[in-house]
Amino acid sequence: MIHFVVHEEGDGVGVVVMEGVKAGQHVNGWIMEQNTDIEVVAKNDIPIGHKLALRDYREGDTVIKYGVDIGKVVKPIAKGEHVHVHNLKTKRW
Amino acid sequence: MDLSKASFWGYRRDNGRIGVRNHVVILPVDDLSNAAAQAVENNIKGTLALPHPYGRLQFGPDLELHFRTLIGAGSNPNVAAAVVIGIEDGWAKRVADGIAATGKPVAFFGIEGHGDPETIKRASQAAKDYVQWASEQRREERPLKDLWVSTKCGESDTTSGIGSNPCVGNAFDQLYDHRVTLVFGETTELTGGEHLVAARCRSDDVRRKFQAMFDRYQEVINRHKTSDLSESQPTKGNIAGGLTTIEEKALGNIQKIGRKCKVDGVLDKAETPTGPGLWFMDSSSAAAEMVTLCAAAGYTVHFFPTGQGNVIGNPILPVIKICANPRTVRLMADHVDVDVSGITRRELTMDQAGDKLLECMFRTANGRLTAAEALGHREFVLTRLYESA
Repeated sequence: MIHFVVHEEGDGVGVVVMEGVKAGQHVNGWIMEQNTDIEVVAKNDIPIGHKLALRDYREGDTVIKYGVDIGKVVKPIAKGEHVHVHNLKTKRW
Repeated sequence: MDLSKASFWGYRRDNGRIGVRNHVVILPVDDLSNAAAQAVENNIKGTLALPHPYGRLQFGPDLELHFRTLIGAGSNPNVAAAVVIGIEDGWAKRVADGIAATGKPVAFFGIEGHGDPETIKRASQAAKDYVQWASEQRREERPLKDLWVSTKCGESDTTSGIGSNPCVGNAFDQLYDHRVTLVFGETTELTGGEHLVAARCRSDDVRRKFQAMFDRYQEVINRHKTSDLSESQPTKGNIAGGLTTIEEKALGNIQKIGRKCKVDGVLDKAETPTGPGLWFMDSSSAAAEMVTLCAAAGYTVHFFPTGQGNVIGNPILPVIKICANPRTVRLMADHVDVDVSGITRRELTMDQAGDKLLECMFRTANGRLTAAEALGHREFVLTRLYESA
């Protein structure tokens, strides 16, 4: 069973694609481009479509998804935590 | 899918273009003429009014875009004939003359000096003649390359970038190889991935034009913004669906242009392309505005991937919805034409998903109504460039 999807190796976040992922749950991921597997422990409840961190981040770090910069970290994030508007912002506007 | 001998059944118009619908439209030139246009639609069964809120005291490039959009919509090969109604004769004639250049039947009526009831009576007579004439037009088998396919996504979420957008990209790569005329746009929604689009441009000239369009639109954002646009672009719905930044949204968005096809040229809003290939149209990312511009440019089938469940349609351009979000597919099945949620479960490959979309495209082109058509979604939304005089 796949709980989350990662676009490609090197991305720092995965996308939860199942409803009901809970804090403390071991979740299975699929890295689409390389067709490989990955496992993480979710640290928060994470809604379907939302991201979880695949590594620790410090404030000011860049988050990579699709192999490309998707913004800057504005609050430290631990591996397995929910990544969204509360801790990640655009660099563009 | 082997597309080498692929064909569809469409309506051949006098200018050589092929339509997949056979509408008789009642086209108001301005807001004041909506009532008469809708009265004609009510009188004559099988006609389609295209009401909208603009067309008075516009000037300069904004007025040119208004005319280009109305003339383009009437000229679209999905339209068999058009009845144009304006408050004044002059601009109604201008729109009608533009549509008449395609060779299709068109009549125009000005309301001033006659009033609504008399105008409705005369326009209804013309509409009746047209709808009976159109009902005798027959579909003929045409090669795939005669289809023009546009794309724009909406109420996107992270599953759009995973499933529904790359599904469109897979289909676009296949259609591109068979010289189908394609278009994408959404200028601000490339922000963060614009370098990837620039790298796909066919030539330095196309790249320079694309970059100029992109930079101009960034200026508009920078001039008017009061925040980082969060909740506008990305929308509140995008954010609820898990998209965090414009960069993330853009990278998902550009999955729609596949992995192989090149950007062969750029188009101004509602501008008709001059040949096959993939075109970039400088356009708003608002769903109904962009789809209306595609209809005005002459596109005949539209691919609309969604994550959270946008319900948009268009009066003359059939809008096919593709969705990969398992929750949306469950809750909003009535609006989804192509369910590709199997991608997120590793049950459906991207090639299979692309073929599933193409199969739906052929059925739609051959006459099957899309969910949006069956549900009566007829969003016809004109893009404005600035205030009226």
